[in-house]
Amino acid sequence: MFVTGKGGVGKSTVAAALGTAAAARGQRAVVCEVAGVERMPEGLGHAGVGYRETEMGPNLWAISIDPERALEEYLRDQIGSSTLYNLLFENRIVSYLAAATPGLRELLTIGKIWELAQLERRSPADAPYDVVIVDAPATGHGLGLLRTPRTFRDVARVGPIRRQADIIHSFVTDPRRTGVVCVALPEEMPVNETLELRRTLAGELGMELDAVVVNALYPERFSAAEAERIETARGANPSPAASAALAAALAEHRRARTQRTQLRRLRREAGDSLRSVTLPFMFEADLGLEAWTRLGLELERSL
Amino acid sequence: MSLAPFLEGREVVVCAGAGGVGKTTSAAAIALGMAARGKKVAVLTIDPARRLADALGLPELANEERRVDPERLAAVGVEGDGELWAMMLDAKRTFDALIERHAPDARTRDRVLSNRIYQELSSAVAGSQEYMAMEKLHELHLEGRYDLLVLDTPPTRNALDFLDAPERLARFIDSRSLAFFLRSNRRGMRLVGRGSIVLFSMLRRITGVNLLEDLSEFFRAFGAMTEGFEERARAVGALLASPRTSFVVVSSPAAAAVEEAVFFLRRLRESKLPFGAAIVNRVHRPSDRGTEDGDLEGALSSLLDDAGLARRVARNLLDMRALEDRDALGIARLSGELGGAPLLVVPDLDDDVHDLDGLARVNAHLFAAEGKATDAGRLAGSAPPS
Repeated sequence: MFVTGKGGVGKSTVAAALGTAAAARGQRAVVCEVAGVERMPEGLGHAGVGYRETEMGPNLWAISIDPERALEEYLRDQIGSSTLYNLLFENRIVSYLAAATPGLRELLTIGKIWELAQLERRSPADAPYDVVIVDAPATGHGLGLLRTPRTFRDVARVGPIRRQADIIHSFVTDPRRTGVVCVALPEEMPVNETLELRRTLAGELGMELDAVVVNALYPERFSAAEAERIETARGANPSPAASAALAAALAEHRRARTQRTQLRRLRREAGDSLRSVTLPFMFEADLGLEAWTRLGLELERSL
Repeated sequence: MSLAPFLEGREVVVCAGAGGVGKTTSAAAIALGMAARGKKVAVLTIDPARRLADALGLPELANEERRVDPERLAAVGVEGDGELWAMMLDAKRTFDALIERHAPDARTRDRVLSNRIYQELSSAVAGSQEYMAMEKLHELHLEGRYDLLVLDTPPTRNALDFLDAPERLARFIDSRSLAFFLRSNRRGMRLVGRGSIVLFSMLRRITGVNLLEDLSEFFRAFGAMTEGFEERARAVGALLASPRTSFVVVSSPAAAAVEEAVFFLRRLRESKLPFGAAIVNRVHRPSDRGTEDGDLEGALSSLLDDAGLARRVARNLLDMRALEDRDALGIARLSGELGGAPLLVVPDLDDDVHDLDGLARVNAHLFAAEGKATDAGRLAGSAPPS
């Protein structure tokens, strides 16, 4: 399950919540960070997950995919002999090749994601996962990641890379095995990016966007009629404290209303075929594990 | 507080920060603010920012600068000699133009442009946007048509990628040794050791012959253009490190974004790059807390003549104050890392910022008149002229 969306919309939160929820249902789940940013929500209570799959709780694992380590692992697996491997990996030329080949980092990253999702893992000591949740890069780069295997398949024409890229491409574009969830905020730009992502996924890769998670939706605390009464009360010379409370209520009302306009637009433009789920805005500062699980289960139920 | 004194005399402003914190808006607002101060400013954006194009009243943002209609600027009170220009960076087209310019001859140029690795991957690669942003910045700076260039950095997960772009470009170019190696192998391997023969055959086993040949061709063609690239990478690095440039770190008050901003600040310091100011966007405005709330609910109840509504209004205030407190913590955390550099706070504007009016509203906070400080930081080091 790839979780993508515009920057700052809460992709990591949603990925972590989905992982927590899957684990709570007894599925062995792994949440993957990519692009070398080892930062998962602190709510999961850990810091510095590395390339090694790390157990975060019962059934819940996390990994941060580093393309260089993925290359090392891949080469080791391809070559078998460690003498030859050392010759190859420690060679300056090979590190140049790896650093300079356009798209190789993305290919290695998605290759590792694919490997995590296999029943038979590369190393027999690694147990298989029921679900792999990818905290993917923001929309544009996230799409690039999904597109990379096909590009390499087409460029390589023959040989092992072509074969492997083809396998990964088929896996990623198979709706029974791979899903894409877009996280958005109920604001104009993230809604636009969601609609754009959906068009591009369908147009370029023949993939469907499985669902959109609209995050941080303000509650509708005051009706329009109530907002009018609050506005009227502001003119009645209230105390400073009451005035602050009335202003805060109006601000909340405006934000909730603007957000719903965007939510309606998203649903209207996306049509009925796109599932959309909303998550409430969290006023609490830090979410504990319990809140994560609640969020995740709520999300899973709606999906 | 106003950004203006800190940007005076600068030729480049780079806006950096995590995704979704309002970098593009900040960059446009800074550009507008400096245009209002009589400068000829160009803002370079990387996002497919149709919104920004709309906001600036441009039909679209092309790969070259477009001027924002002076009448539109006048409508938001920006008049005088200043000019505002905007462009969107198209990585692929910039890359193509670069190759056309730097290829030593037509054959090399065509070889690169028609290479399949180049065609398929050069624009798809994460990082090529960063290279190209740097390239375009360098080009425009060299042309010297603008007083100030404001660069909105790419929406990468990792804001630091951007800083590494010139270095990575140089490393990329260093692949000419790779091209040499690959060429040698195809011509009989006389120039390389036996270890390399084994190496090459293993590489071929892993990658397949075609891919290796395309790669070899790609690197060889690129190798012929190394000088231009290296020279430019060095020049961009020097420009960014010089006092002509100012980095503006943009953040939201959210903990994750602030941590990213702090990380970036430290990185700037380590790299001895000129940091100018921090901007925190979408901050919940502190409400008036000067007076004791007393029986707030009672007071609201008599005002609204509705006990239930009064309870909800009072409850909502507590939630909003919790947000304000959370934002204040984030700002304090960032402020503590600034070493006295200015920090500008832009309040959450209820509405999305999506036009020049919106940018002008943001600017009221970025270029506030002296004495009407909205900041949480201190003025030190380079004090503004009185």
